[in-house]
Amino acid sequence: MTLRIEIEDLAKHFGEIKAVDGVTFSVSKGEVLGFLGPNGAGKSTTMKMITGFLTPTRGTVRVCGHDVLTDPISVKASIGYLPEGAPAYADMTPEGFLKFIADVRGLRGSDKKRAVASAAERARITHVMFQPIETLSKGYKRRVGLAQAILHNPPVLIMDEPTDGLDPNQKYEVRTLINEMAEDKAIIISTHILEEVHAMCSRNVLIARGKVEFDGTPHELEALSRYHNAVCVSVGGVETEALSRFAESLDEVAGSEPLNFNNGIRIFPKDGKQITLELSERIRSNGWQIESLYVENGRLDEVFRTLTTRSGDAA
Amino acid sequence: MNMHNIWFIMKREFNGYFATPVAYVFIVIFLLLAGFATFFVGNFFDRGEADLYPFFSMHPWLYILLIPAISMRLWAEERKSGSIELLMTLPVSVFEAVIGKFFAAWAFTGLALILNFPLWITVNYLGSPDNGVIFASFLGSLLMAGGFLAIGACISSTTKNQVIAFVVSVVVSLVFVLAGYGIVLDFFSSWAPRVLVDVISSFSFLTHYDAISKGVIDMRDMLYFVSLIAIWLFANAMIVNARKAD
Repeated sequence: MTLRIEIEDLAKHFGEIKAVDGVTFSVSKGEVLGFLGPNGAGKSTTMKMITGFLTPTRGTVRVCGHDVLTDPISVKASIGYLPEGAPAYADMTPEGFLKFIADVRGLRGSDKKRAVASAAERARITHVMFQPIETLSKGYKRRVGLAQAILHNPPVLIMDEPTDGLDPNQKYEVRTLINEMAEDKAIIISTHILEEVHAMCSRNVLIARGKVEFDGTPHELEALSRYHNAVCVSVGGVETEALSRFAESLDEVAGSEPLNFNNGIRIFPKDGKQITLELSERIRSNGWQIESLYVENGRLDEVFRTLTTRSGDAA
Repeated sequence: MNMHNIWFIMKREFNGYFATPVAYVFIVIFLLLAGFATFFVGNFFDRGEADLYPFFSMHPWLYILLIPAISMRLWAEERKSGSIELLMTLPVSVFEAVIGKFFAAWAFTGLALILNFPLWITVNYLGSPDNGVIFASFLGSLLMAGGFLAIGACISSTTKNQVIAFVVSVVVSLVFVLAGYGIVLDFFSSWAPRVLVDVISSFSFLTHYDAISKGVIDMRDMLYFVSLIAIWLFANAMIVNARKAD
């Protein structure tokens, strides 16, 4: 495991507003870090500090061993960055734009040609290479931004909401692309689309009000949900109430609630434990016929809400 | 300072002028106005002299209006579209970007200036002018254009709005030109100490351009424009650094 991005006690204050307030985490090669948080939590500000666009109020950022304050050019050279909204030079064509990026990234001659061609192909923009960027659809503009970010095959990739505003097919393509590149890069992706946590990320950092509220795997994030390992069960010919009474009398069960789509109930285990097997055996030994039974993984939207709105200020 | 980066940024910016009709419209208007000023205001024919003084002496006034039109987009557009975030996260220093953009605008102005060559052909056809003087005047005019551009570039970096950049640049340019004019100096000379009047006068584009437009190249005049460009570009870089993310 090689550390590629190290962030320590990073903060950015705009006057009285603490946009980012003491954020610490690191990303290694091979990791795709999903950077979660509500709008205005400080995701973009953090990314702008990592990429050297904003100067931190305090704290340090190191990318591939280079400090962003003392050696910003080396940091910028090792990062591919897709800023929020994928800004580009609207009056250029993707071809001219990518060539300009390649020039500034120090690619020359056949290396440059190859880099531009391969980035265009991976971002699937080869057939719009000669149209002005301003005439392209939102999806294509995003892909041009993506091509620009991966052009120089950077060891570190930072993308601010890469799938925002794309249709489901385009989202799928972008996720596939990111998964393809994950192996030999350290990647940070900010998003507030929770389904992407599973689709792309190997780790999540969730921030709210400028502070890190969670740092762990997507599975650990789900485990924070009260629905984690909850069992939904319905039994033929048994009333909901009778079923609840029975379930709640068991030792390993913390509580239950009726389901609103059939006459079954959702059973919450104590301490989030896996209780499916015991439960089904007990129901059967009670002489009941199980109609359906399944385990929930946990609900990310619920965890997200809990983590980002706790401690009084439910904004 | 990486010369390659300056060159790539300059190239992109220069081509940017031609990506839209802006470049062509500008060049046509510049040529029309320059011709109009030379023939009707400068009385090119009636003077009966084989030189381009009527052409060059009008340049400060032309530049006040036209140069801000070239410089207004340099940074305001980057800030408005957000592409400044892209540019400033590429491995490029602020100074490289500032200088690259400035050179692009300057090269474009030089091109527009060179396209006045039919005038030069005319004067050579009608008489036998001192082409050394004309060349010196050309360099002087280009240098002064650089001064206007540096002012415009710096002001462009303070706003996201190109119209504001244009209007403010015109006003600041006007102040720099008029500083050497009798009306302005009279206004100060009635109450201000002589030193101050001299200082104001010495900051004027006119004071320094007048000799150059007649073909006299004085190191002090050159130095004035070069340091003026340097100072405004330095301020430009500082402003970009401080306000790029606003």
